[in-house]
Order: sequence, then structure tokens, then C-alpha cells
Amino acid sequence: MTIDTARLVAMFAAIANAMSADRDRLCALDGVIGDADHGIAMELGFSAARDAVAALDTAAADPTALLNTAAKSFLNAVGASSGPLYATALMRGAAAVKGKTTLDDAETVALFQAMAKGIQDRGKAEPGEKTMIDAWAPAAQAAGEALASGKGLAASLEAAAQAAKAGAEATKAMIATKGRASRLGERSLGHMDPGAASAVTVIEAMRVALTS
Amino acid sequence: MQTKKIINDGNRAVDEMLEGILAAHPRHLKSVDGSPRSIIARDGPRQGKVGLVIGGGSGHEPSFLGFVGKGLADAAAIGNVFASPPPDPILECAKAVSSGAGVLFMYGNYAGDVMNFDMAAEMAAMDDIEVRTVLSTDDVASAPRDQRHKRRGVAGNFFIFKAAGAACDRMLSFDECERIAGKANDHTFTMGVALSPCSLPQTRRPNFEIEPDEMEIGMGIHGEPGIAREKLKTADEITDEMLDRILGEMAPARGDKVAVLVNSLGSTPLMELYIMNRRVKQRLDEIGVSIHASWVGNYCTSLEMAGASITLHRLDGELQTMLDHPCDCAMFRAG
Repeated sequence: MTIDTARLVAMFAAIANAMSADRDRLCALDGVIGDADHGIAMELGFSAARDAVAALDTAAADPTALLNTAAKSFLNAVGASSGPLYATALMRGAAAVKGKTTLDDAETVALFQAMAKGIQDRGKAEPGEKTMIDAWAPAAQAAGEALASGKGLAASLEAAAQAAKAGAEATKAMIATKGRASRLGERSLGHMDPGAASAVTVIEAMRVALTS
Repeated sequence: MQTKKIINDGNRAVDEMLEGILAAHPRHLKSVDGSPRSIIARDGPRQGKVGLVIGGGSGHEPSFLGFVGKGLADAAAIGNVFASPPPDPILECAKAVSSGAGVLFMYGNYAGDVMNFDMAAEMAAMDDIEVRTVLSTDDVASAPRDQRHKRRGVAGNFFIFKAAGAACDRMLSFDECERIAGKANDHTFTMGVALSPCSLPQTRRPNFEIEPDEMEIGMGIHGEPGIAREKLKTADEITDEMLDRILGEMAPARGDKVAVLVNSLGSTPLMELYIMNRRVKQRLDEIGVSIHASWVGNYCTSLEMAGASITLHRLDGELQTMLDHPCDCAMFRAG
């Protein structure tokens, strides 16, 4: 499977659609342990990214330029926590595929893994702290393992999506130590982290858009 | 059911509010050309003065841009509702107020604000602007005492920014401005109570659920859960509960002086704030702590949330001088 810039443009449209559909659920999740705006920020950010990359000349822009454009537009539309986290993810993804005009399976998985690393570096969160990294880190690991065992992009991203889902589910049993919910202590127990929940939606939309 | 709001379009609410603010306060405020979310004081930044940039999410008006003006902050970067501004408008503020003496970033301690302001500080460094940051962490309810650095910044920003703004306006050195800002934070303690939720313009749904006869002690200014949900009590009982926590930490001695802020979270009226303030005065009189100055009203709101916060700012000679230093902002004047 070869991923070109047109496919990446379609990917951002798919993520933006998924975020619009998921917005109210994410706000409700955030309302339980945070400030109820997570769905708004994610919809706003990916809509801005979608519009910015749609305006590019896909024949002239390479994946790196496209991802950097998406990063900047996401950041400037949102701010908040998700702005720097997803903007860093996309910029790291851009750096990981520098010089490529199209991406093969390994390069696409490398892009995906760089995104997860970017979120972790910017947010300084470790797995187990009830953040979006509890979905992104296992997803990146699962994608890498699937690829290393000889699987293609579709199976690798399928493994990533499953791992993200399990990771988000596991945040219910965690006590938040990072971000706004950390002030709650044990009261955060039993609730899924909204950042992990939205990560599942992002990753699933990426999987469908990149492999269908 | 959606909440009722006087808006045109939830996604345009912040920018339309800013247009209205600039229309109302042309003598005090303007936006940076090409960066409408960067609001600067017409009469503030000047040669040799440390620049003070504050900021945060919208929905807390008159925080933050109401405190932009001579003697207080030089600029405010404005975010979406309850969301930190991105780095670009913060950077534009820093550039607009920088005169070579350094720029102080001051804002409440929230993960999103820290990431965006830090990115802006890195970008400013590339433009040879030295930025230092002082976070406000006055919300007593948001972390235990031994983890003060993890606490949120809430209404106490008012006193913390005031002290820093005065230090900058008095042309003190960058080191001194930073020191006084940090000291003002250490001397400021806030407790809040929420009675009913607010709703974001984009969703128009209540941001948390609470029973008609309940209150939540310690709730944050974005509706973050607090430390205890209880049956609604009388004004004196609520004020006592909040003051007990504040005074327990501040541990004032007889003869100490404080400044008081009784702040509405949005829809709690002045009548109720003054009833609370009456009790604050009684309690402080009992322990021999004198009130140097009081402010009662809307200073750091949470859209239309019902509830209030009490802030005590413990004064020494230096902080009293900073508090009494004149300032002239769009939504606040002193001295």
C-alpha cells in the first residue's frame, strides 16, 4: 500500500468528520473529570487541519509539508492542551517522513510512531498517568510489533486501533496525575480519560482512511 | 435542552466579544495588527520597563484583558473559551511589549497554558526576547499544601498580577519584578464554591451536574470537580468553611494586614457576595487581622456559573506598596 499526499488530505477529512460526530461524547467525558471542552477543541483543531491541507496543491506539497501545515493550523485554531500535543505529534510525524514523496507501509508506521512519541515528549506523560498517551503509546507499540512480524499496513493499524481501545478502557482504573484531572486524585477513578477516548477516535479514523 | 445565551454563533463568540471590548475601551486597549487575539495597553509598554504579558482562556471576563492597562499588565493573549491561547498570539504580545528589559509571562497554572506559553517563550528567545514565567497557584482546594506548585491559578490572579504590574510600572529590574510576582503568589490564597454549572457557547449544555440543593466546595473556574459536595448551607457557614481552609494555610498573626477579594463566578449577585464579605470581616476581626482594602464583584468569572470565591492576599510593606500603586485598566482602576 502506498500513501500519497492526496490520501493524507483524505485522512484529515476523515479525522475531522469523526471528531464532529464524537464531539458531544468527548465533552461529556471531559465534563466528568475536566472542563468539558475537549470535544470542541478536537473538532476545531482537526477541522482547521482539514481545511488547511485541502487548500494545498497536493501535486506540489510532500507529506512533510502537508503534515507541518496541519500542525500549525491545528495549533493556532485551538491552543488548549490538545493544540500543543497534536501539533507536536504532527510535526514529529512530518520530520519522520522528510524527503519522501509517498509512504510505504514501514514509513507510514514510522509516521504513526513519531506522532505518539511527539505527544509523549510534549506532555511529559508516562503510560499509567491517565492521559491520551495511554492510548497512543500502546497503539504505536502494537503497530511496530505487527509490522516487525511481517504484517502489512492494514493489519498493523488494525493492531494499533485495538491497542488504543484497550488502553483507553484501562484509563478507567487509573488515577490521574497529569493535566486538569490530576487535581481530582481518586475521584478520577472509574472514568475514561477524554484524551485517551479521542485518541481512539483519531487512530480509528486514520486506520480507515489509510487502509480502505 | 440547550441553555439560553445572547450570542450569534458559538464559534464566533470570543472574536465578537473582543470587537465589543475594543469598541467600549478604545482609550485603554488595542489589538496587535494582524493578531486580533493579542490585546495590548495603549499606555503601558515603554522603554526600559519590564513587559508584563498575561493571558488564558476566555470566559473569565474581566480576566484577563480587563487587567491590561497602565500600572498593570501590558498585554493579554486571549484563548478560546476555557482554552489556553496558542503560542502565536502570546508571542505577538511579547514582541509588542518588549523593550529590551525582559518580558514576564504570568498566567494560571494549567497544563495547556504551560505548554502554549512555554512554546511562545521558546519562539521569543529566537527573537532575542528574554522571557521569564511566574505561574499563579492560589487555589487552595486544587492540591495538598506540600504540592503548592501543582495548584491551579484562579481569582487570586487579581492580586498577583497587580503586584507584578506595579513592580514593572515602577521600573524595577527584571529580577525584582520576577521576585515580587513570585512573592505575591506565595501570599495569595483562594477558595471557591460552586452552586450551579455554566455552559460553553459552542455546546450550550451544562458542564457538570449538581442537585438543586447541593454545592461543591473547591470547584475550579472551569467546572473542575472540587474537594467535597455538600448540601447547600448558609452564607456564614459556607464562608466559614472556605475561610477555615485559607486561614489554616495562611496562618496570619494578630496584627497582620490582608487585602480581600470576594469574587462572583458569574451569576451570583453582589447581594450574596456582600453577605459573604460581611462574614469575612467578622472572622478577620475576631483574630485581629486588619483589612487594608477589599474588592467585591466579578473579577474572575466562569461564564454564568453560580458560586463565589474568597481570596486573601497577605500584605507586608512591599506588597502593600504594590497594591496601592495606581493603575488604570479598561475594567479596573486603583490608586
